[in-house]
Amino acid sequence: MRNVYIVGTGATPVGEHWDRSAASLAVEALAAALGDIPASRVGALYVASALNGSLEVQSQVGPMVATAAGISGIEAVSIEAGTASGGVALRQACLAVASGIVDLVAVVGVEKTTDVLDARRERALALAGDAEWEAIHGVTTTALWAMLMRRYMHNYGYGIEDFAPFPVNAHANGVANPNAMYRFAITADKVRSAPMVAEPLGLLDCSTAADGAAALLIASEGLARDVSAAPVCVAASAVATDTLALHSRHDPLWLSAVAHSTATALRAARMTHRDIQVLDVTDPHGITAALVLEAGGFAERGAAVALARDGAITPKGALPLATGGGCKARGDAVGANGIYQVVELVAQLRGQAGAAQVAGASVALAQCIGGIGATAATHILTME
Amino acid sequence: MDLAKHWRIRHARYRLEGQRHRTTGEVRFPPAPLRPGEAHDSWEPYVLSGRGRVYSFSIVRQPPEGYDEQAPYLIALVRLEEGPLVTAQLTDCDLDQVTIDMPVEMVTRKLRALGPTGLIVYGYKFRPVV
Repeated sequence: MRNVYIVGTGATPVGEHWDRSAASLAVEALAAALGDIPASRVGALYVASALNGSLEVQSQVGPMVATAAGISGIEAVSIEAGTASGGVALRQACLAVASGIVDLVAVVGVEKTTDVLDARRERALALAGDAEWEAIHGVTTTALWAMLMRRYMHNYGYGIEDFAPFPVNAHANGVANPNAMYRFAITADKVRSAPMVAEPLGLLDCSTAADGAAALLIASEGLARDVSAAPVCVAASAVATDTLALHSRHDPLWLSAVAHSTATALRAARMTHRDIQVLDVTDPHGITAALVLEAGGFAERGAAVALARDGAITPKGALPLATGGGCKARGDAVGANGIYQVVELVAQLRGQAGAAQVAGASVALAQCIGGIGATAATHILTME
Repeated sequence: MDLAKHWRIRHARYRLEGQRHRTTGEVRFPPAPLRPGEAHDSWEPYVLSGRGRVYSFSIVRQPPEGYDEQAPYLIALVRLEEGPLVTAQLTDCDLDQVTIDMPVEMVTRKLRALGPTGLIVYGYKFRPVV
């Protein structure tokens, strides 16, 4: 298998784009990723979108984006894996280039969530869980995370306020990201006094679903040197799955898809946890980030919240997290999040992350999970 | 109308009927299809007791479409005494009354109505054991 490189990135701001269609957002991101490279050189297009079908917006998003980009005719397909859609689409692009069949592949994550009212969006998001045995009871994805948070607090003796460092860090970093939805800092006091969404999760520990598109260009090694001055190597790519329903798991606080895909990726890259200098994970809530860090092996069980409290997740800490603002401050573009993560981490590896820059970062890990971790996609990126 | 997809799992929804493995005695809920390689009679129907304890719980304040009129409502993961964990609403219970490990029992209630011309979906919820 050939080495695979990221040679272009692009993204729209995340937000409420009332005047924009999914296609127009997708093409803006793709055009930015292409830069001077003609779109006609793209050999295949993978589009990640979690909700485009279920919000009754449009299916066949692959040909939709290809048509809008003026490259209709090429191989194009849409990929749905809930909030892991972006990472899973990136893996398909890496496999395609590594196979030798195509030399240049575009990956676009696009989500248009604000054309419907909140209740319909909640219903669509809940379908990332089990429709027959979870969603029919009126449980939301947020409420599932809330139940895990309450059990985690019960098992390990934390209070609600102990989770505040996650959204506080995300917002502090979001200030430096021009594409972030919320570019302002928040305090732990504000997090504590926010109204409840699903006890014990408060409003400021919940991401906001929004519109956005992000794009990556994936190239073979030979082409990468020709078209990019600073190609970023995809050192590993791994996808794993877990049961669709949370209640089917032996230990609900253990995200086994995260454990498996992280371990597989580290092994493929011949690295250990200590080699990872900056990471981005699916973090709509502090509890999500905590459980991901623990299953991924970056923290002992029950210790991730304490690590965050001690400052480890800030850009100057040992486990810099959400340097682009994470789901909370960047805004939650659902199926596109996995591409936004990589756009932000490529900026880190190129030393272009501004105030959220992790000094000297040359190895990064991007991981996105779908629903409550039924799918996990992990990528390790290196600057050579 | 969505009739068939609710009708075909009526035994599980109305009386908490899961499955028991004929050899190992393992009880599972919800029932699941045969896996590749399993003998056709590996699992037999098994009605669970409906008794359990709250593993964790939350209150849904931003409901999905179809549940707007019920909000805010209690949702829980219940550890049934036979072992399986199940997701369901808590009922006959104040929002501030629930604790982890609280004993609960299954009752059959209306889950939701599928619009003015649609089905009314019934199923299990859990209430505190008094």
